Amino acid sequence: MKPTVKRLIFFAALIVIWELGSRFELWHETILPSPFSVYNSLLAGFSDMTLVYDLVASFRRLLIGLAAAILIGTSVGILLARSKTADDTLGTLVLALQSVPSIVWLPLAMMWFGLGEGSIIFVVILGGTFVMILNVRTGIKNVDPLFIKAARTMGSNGMDLFIKVIIPASVPYFVTGARLAWAFAWRALMAGELLSSGPGLGYTLRYASDFGNMSLVIGVMIIIGVVGAIVDLMIFQRIEKNVLKRWGLET
Amino acid sequence: MFIEAKNINKVYFDKNNKPITVLDNINLSIPKGQFISILGPSGCGKSTFLSMIAGLTNSTSGEIIVNGKKVVKPGKDRGMVFQQAALFPWMNVTENVIFPLRKEISKSEGLKRAQHFLKMVQLSNYPTHYPHELSGGMQQRVSIARSLAMDPAVLLMDEPFGALDEQTRSRLHRQLEEIWIDTRKTIVFVTHSISESIKLSDRIIVMGTRPGTILTDITVDIPRPREQHRQQIGALEEQIMALLKTEIDKVIEEEQSYEADS
Repeated sequence: MKPTVKRLIFFAALIVIWELGSRFELWHETILPSPFSVYNSLLAGFSDMTLVYDLVASFRRLLIGLAAAILIGTSVGILLARSKTADDTLGTLVLALQSVPSIVWLPLAMMWFGLGEGSIIFVVILGGTFVMILNVRTGIKNVDPLFIKAARTMGSNGMDLFIKVIIPASVPYFVTGARLAWAFAWRALMAGELLSSGPGLGYTLRYASDFGNMSLVIGVMIIIGVVGAIVDLMIFQRIEKNVLKRWGLET
Repeated sequence: MFIEAKNINKVYFDKNNKPITVLDNINLSIPKGQFISILGPSGCGKSTFLSMIAGLTNSTSGEIIVNGKKVVKPGKDRGMVFQQAALFPWMNVTENVIFPLRKEISKSEGLKRAQHFLKMVQLSNYPTHYPHELSGGMQQRVSIARSLAMDPAVLLMDEPFGALDEQTRSRLHRQLEEIWIDTRKTIVFVTHSISESIKLSDRIIVMGTRPGTILTDITVDIPRPREQHRQQIGALEEQIMALLKTEIDKVIEEEQSYEADS
């Protein structure tokens, strides 16, 4: 059986069990709304465009934040890989900061950038940057010494060696870094939106929760999960697989 | 002499700061156009020596002169083929072959040159393939084409066929012999295979280990193609084998005493 078919059957079964549970009142509608009410609130949200605006607003922040994270992450990662001093000092700071969930920066961010876009994007950037830095750094440091030796015997050195050999050789790590940066940034975005003002998926989720609209809460959670899975599967895993294959790293 | 190694020593310090002599006073002269093999058990420093000619490793003392110039760093006058093909996986076959030339010649000139050398290694049908689509033997042939394309004065080969299966290896032996006859490049070929060195080279330098020294310098005057002279090959093989036996025993003894120590 194809994985897609298996997946479809699995999710259908899950929804059926959920619906049956609601029908037989194993739990109350206010605690866990039925798939039908979730579907209806999603339908309402999409037909009056509120959810569409939310998606657009969320994606806008994500794209700005992720682009900045990848840009900063790549530059700092290269710096750490090239300079021992930077690695010993800044590298340790990066390692420490990486273990701080980016959402805890929000109070500070609100002081610096106010309640709006600025602080959310700041949190998104922080969410993606550190993992990108660490992957780029590892990638450049782990370039097969044989590539470097071979390139040197072919007259390449210095900047030429770095740009033509070391950077391309570490592309697989860049891709993995970008994929993880996206995952972290997406989580940071949702957390940030929950705690600030709208529009945005996170904001709508909190808004629905404040009004006791549990079916919309679940609806938004489903959107968050689906978007996350689609972007990961359709974009990042696909690129990663191609790159690993081309670079001969696929086992 | 075309390549001249004078009093080469290489000493490094292990983790207990104990000096270890890898190469001990190596002197070697190689005339232009010679196919020379450096043969020895693992750990005799033969690859280190080759790497010094390439300019990738520094000697502790002594100097190497190639074509009148002292070796201080790697350069395109010395092409190197490693045991692994070391092709860049993000470039296709042609791009790999052009890599050392890309700054000197035009795109079309490069394509022509790549095609010429790919033909020489019988891979002219694979110009746009990527390394991961080729077998190990094909990758190694691309790597040889890449070295030849920059027209080096000398081709340094570090156990280039060591990772290949027997059939592929003997096919590549024939190809390499033909390429050498065509181009008359000076080839310095490092190997631990006695039969490989006899099959290919004009001259065999047999190295002993701990420390790495030159044991003998053998001239191979078996006419080519050599497959037809099995007897002469066999005799020479035995001669070298006897010579190396004491060396290999030395390695085993040392390993055993090391095990006993730890």
